[in-house]
Amino acid sequence: MPDLKLVVPIKQVPDIENVRFDEEEGRIDRSSAETETNPFDLNALEEAVKLKEKFGGEVITLSMGPSQAKSTLRNSLARGADQAILLSGSGFAGADTWSTSYTLASAIKKIGDFDLIFCGEKTVDGDTGQVGPEIAELLDIPHVSFVSKIRERNNDNLIVETDLWDKIYVKKLVFPGLVTVTKDVNEPRLPTLKDKMKAKKAEIDEWGPGVLKDYGNEDNFGYLGSPTAVDKVEVPEEEVRKGEIFRDKPSESARKLVSRLKDRGLGR
Amino acid sequence: MSYEEGSGVWILAEQENGEIHSVSYELLGRGKELSENLNTELCSLFLTPDSQNAEELIYRGSDKVYLMEDENFDRPDEILYKKNIERLVEEKKPEIILVGATNFGRSLAPRLAASLETGLTADCTGLEIDEEEDFVQIRPAFTGNILAHIYTDRSPKISTVRYKEFKEAERNKNREGEIITLEPIIEDNKENSSIMEIISPEEEINLEDAEIVVSVGQGLKDPEDLGLIKDLANSFEGVLGASRPLVDEGWISREHQVGYSGKRVKPRLYIACGISGAPQHLAGMKESDIIVAINTDPSAPIFNYADYGVVGDMYDVIPELVKQLSKD
Repeated sequence: MPDLKLVVPIKQVPDIENVRFDEEEGRIDRSSAETETNPFDLNALEEAVKLKEKFGGEVITLSMGPSQAKSTLRNSLARGADQAILLSGSGFAGADTWSTSYTLASAIKKIGDFDLIFCGEKTVDGDTGQVGPEIAELLDIPHVSFVSKIRERNNDNLIVETDLWDKIYVKKLVFPGLVTVTKDVNEPRLPTLKDKMKAKKAEIDEWGPGVLKDYGNEDNFGYLGSPTAVDKVEVPEEEVRKGEIFRDKPSESARKLVSRLKDRGLGR
Repeated sequence: MSYEEGSGVWILAEQENGEIHSVSYELLGRGKELSENLNTELCSLFLTPDSQNAEELIYRGSDKVYLMEDENFDRPDEILYKKNIERLVEEKKPEIILVGATNFGRSLAPRLAASLETGLTADCTGLEIDEEEDFVQIRPAFTGNILAHIYTDRSPKISTVRYKEFKEAERNKNREGEIITLEPIIEDNKENSSIMEIISPEEEINLEDAEIVVSVGQGLKDPEDLGLIKDLANSFEGVLGASRPLVDEGWISREHQVGYSGKRVKPRLYIACGISGAPQHLAGMKESDIIVAINTDPSAPIFNYADYGVVGDMYDVIPELVKQLSKD
């Protein structure tokens, strides 16, 4: 079977467990937490690397972001990617999902001649889950979202499982195509120390808006190319309930709880 | 192609085998208010293998139903749906399009928005018209930690809308509206992406629609003990849920998973047994009407979100609960 050229767009995100939100200013304090690779993207990368190991070929990761995002790309090299490209430049800044998809699609056109694109289901910061399918549309290729299992690879297609309408659909995706994967698809391996050391020294390619001008219209990049804008951000007050806590012996706690629930029309 | 300004609020009536998904009635409920605010019409798009439920969309508030009937719409084929919706959008130029944030909706809407070169706001929980008659889309981001208010400066403005966030439109059999039947474009793109097989889950569980959910987490010591939780669920005629670690362990199938990467639930009663309350789990259940937590650790975060808490070992508390509930 022919070997595979696989592209994995990845994103650097703040560590969502620790990032703080400024309730008064209504903004995200990005300096409050370390960054990491979007966890869902690690599943996408792992799946691409597994296919490469089995069938040969190459894995190229792609990230749009400031130069700090290089650490995320290095991490992808340590995890088995062969080439990493950073899309960076002020012209890309402030992009919404459509503009981000457009920019990534333009870069993938420049990469050219790929078989499959692997995306995570969503990012933990933007949380939209729409960049994958938008890239597929802009490249005019088919896609399958929410892939929980890759069954097999044939000469020119992939057989995958996806959850739709409360059932599992087994779909055939002909190359070139795009999949977005859920966390169920695999358990990403941790990079070895040796791989990490090697990735530290690796070259990361950097492409600015000018590099992509033959592959996309620059007017569509960044803030100015974005159809949507965030007007304001609310940090909703953490809804804490004035819970009634029972600490009696089990039978007594159970009796009290059942009586409260019955008062509220629950339970027989 | 996007345009400067359109008119009309459209909703996509999602169906499976011609049965309309109830999120569509919620879209009609909210869509009606938006269309009244904007003084415009409310239309449903109904692409279906079976048109017999089209009237239902009129009863629920549609002024018009754009109906395309073809057996191929029984397949969740994003490209086929996108082509047909796009053609109609370009002809009629609606201002707003609402799509349910189901897996299919979240897979289809991005293709539509990308192709129309317009904005799409995902997973909205609020949809408003501001004083300047602009459409504001409100959505959670950062794993539910913030709410972003988003404007779109082109048309159509497209949103996917979270299930169970808005009230269903009331049904009125006397309402009148127009059903406009259109010939769909059916191209055979089965070559590129085709459905080989459809597997129904071994057990039908519908967590998202359940009135009562009884969930279990890492307090469970052995998969054999799931019977205990099932007994409690049965006492309430509720559905069994679980936190991610149990699914990862293979102790329970992932159809039961509640949380950020599982199902989001909003039942009348949610009972969390031996669940500490990690943010990923809370994101999937904290909007439940009544939350009960049973946990040995009094400092477990779940107690902050609970209306009632029992500090104790679920292995002791649950049998007592079952006993009490079986009493008259």
